[in-house]
Amino acid sequence: MEKKMNGAQLAQKAHQLRRDIIEMIYQSKSGHVGGDLSVIDILTTLYYGVMNVSPGQKEDPGRDRFLLSKGHCADALYCVLGDCGYFDKEEAITTFSQYGSRFIGHPNTDVPGIELNSGSLGHGISVGVGMALAARMNGQDYRTYVVCGDGEMAEGSNYEGMMAAGHFKLDNFCVTVDVNGLQISGTTKDVMDSAELAKKFEDFGFYVIEVEDGNDCGQLLSAYEMAGIQKGKPTAVIAHTVKGKGISFMEDNVSWHHGVMTEEQYQKAVAELRAQAEKIGMKLEESRYGKEEHANGNHQ
Amino acid sequence: MGTISNREAICEVLLEAARKDPDVVVACSDSRGSASLAPFAKEFPQQFVELGIAEQNLVAVSAGLAACGKKVFAASPASFLSTRSYEQAKVDVAYSRTNVTLVGISGGVSYGALGMTHHSCQDIAAFCALPDMRVYLPCDRFQTKKLIQELLTDTDPAYVRVSRSASEDVYGEDMEFTLNRANVLSRGSDVTIIACGEMVSPAREAARALEQEGISAGVIDMYCLKPMDEEAVIEAAKNSKCILTVEEHSPYGGLGSRVAQIVSAGCPKRVVNLALPDGHLIAGSGPEVFREYGLTAEGIAAKARQMLAESRI
Repeated sequence: MEKKMNGAQLAQKAHQLRRDIIEMIYQSKSGHVGGDLSVIDILTTLYYGVMNVSPGQKEDPGRDRFLLSKGHCADALYCVLGDCGYFDKEEAITTFSQYGSRFIGHPNTDVPGIELNSGSLGHGISVGVGMALAARMNGQDYRTYVVCGDGEMAEGSNYEGMMAAGHFKLDNFCVTVDVNGLQISGTTKDVMDSAELAKKFEDFGFYVIEVEDGNDCGQLLSAYEMAGIQKGKPTAVIAHTVKGKGISFMEDNVSWHHGVMTEEQYQKAVAELRAQAEKIGMKLEESRYGKEEHANGNHQ
Repeated sequence: MGTISNREAICEVLLEAARKDPDVVVACSDSRGSASLAPFAKEFPQQFVELGIAEQNLVAVSAGLAACGKKVFAASPASFLSTRSYEQAKVDVAYSRTNVTLVGISGGVSYGALGMTHHSCQDIAAFCALPDMRVYLPCDRFQTKKLIQELLTDTDPAYVRVSRSASEDVYGEDMEFTLNRANVLSRGSDVTIIACGEMVSPAREAARALEQEGISAGVIDMYCLKPMDEEAVIEAAKNSKCILTVEEHSPYGGLGSRVAQIVSAGCPKRVVNLALPDGHLIAGSGPEVFREYGLTAEGIAAKARQMLAESRI
């Protein structure tokens, strides 16, 4: 990105991207809307406020590296990458998860801007360690960012990766955990409690930053600024988020892990986002699909 | 017997390559000794990554390194590499098409009496089933060297299985090597024995014994399990009465299964698979295990005679 955004600009951008996510999810009748809405502020902050990446740099060996380890939130990442100009965002929104589309339900390298395929949980930290080690070997100053989910932290492979990141003192490496407290079967606490994540990262040699409101781009931005100046340690950003953030009936509701909206719910979601947008001084487009248009088969 | 093991041959090639290319990287999981890669770690500490006893991390970290331009050779016992880190091999290496060569050391029953935990009699089946993964079982030090030299020149994923001990020399320094082309050691009109890895040498010995009895027996070294040299298999099926496959692997999904598929589709002839049994293997050294299950020159020759006798009934 030529110019990094500040907290307020990021908040507006995240809001617009929420609108894109709702459109994509509604059109495709698939995707992981709850996690998309919890992680979108993290993705927005990284892509528009922190990382040294852009479509023009996508082959540049010096670009920062990003891995979405919680790959099921590819929908959100596609919206971000499309918005950044890696490809036509409309193509992503209208073909997501459809027959023959390159915008499948998990990140894959057929999509410009995706560094490596992911989707099976518990891989990103280890792969990211490899990317960060390569930077050190090559004397390059790019940084590697990995975003995981809190449910994902039940995968044991994460701890092998964390151990290595600490062992190698990878200060060019930053893991963010999107702690939304829910997973497909219920609360993370009930399903498999990964308990004090901060302590676990600390024990493996990470510098840990807890972000109280992980849906606040300003707070996230400050955390990543701190992460960027740490020496001799990798950083973990533990971001406490709300699953389904921004849509009242989805917030903190496990049934929206990969819920599909009815038209009524879709209209309500868009209306809510538009109302919230006005409060932060921006205008969002109206819902694309009214009842009539939908009935006429405009829905792909 | 060769003067060095195939794993030592790999180290020699990688040392030579690393002297010219800083992107050649070796990664191990507390396996530098058993992989004979300690000399590499010593000479190129900056190009060597030790991950400890953590095979999943070994393979995923290797993929991350490769995604950033490194040519990575990840070496670990074949037993663990083909099971513990199978998903990392599937997702981070094969599906992501990263430039990682997975080197499975002490393959098959090399670890002998250490038992089933340390055997890898399913690795051919496992890795061949991964889209975009290539699978190679070289038979001696010369072929191993040529193979690794060739793999250094491309960027696609591969799995290479080698044994623990030195293997019998099948070739010489000047052997001809073409990637993904089988080596036809001899042609036979009665039977063609198709073997890979440690079984090539006894297969060749068996063919010599059969020839002395007046049986025309050919031998193909199918070191390239995937992509398999289908042309060589079809040619053998056309020119022989029957095909005998020999492998240090389970009867499921290995050399024999693939050869049978190719023969039945392209030139139907009888194919018999000589492999390890599907079960708990007897305790013993590698050679003792081979003897137990007929994976020796005598066992291979006996099976060939039996096939030809049955074909006359």
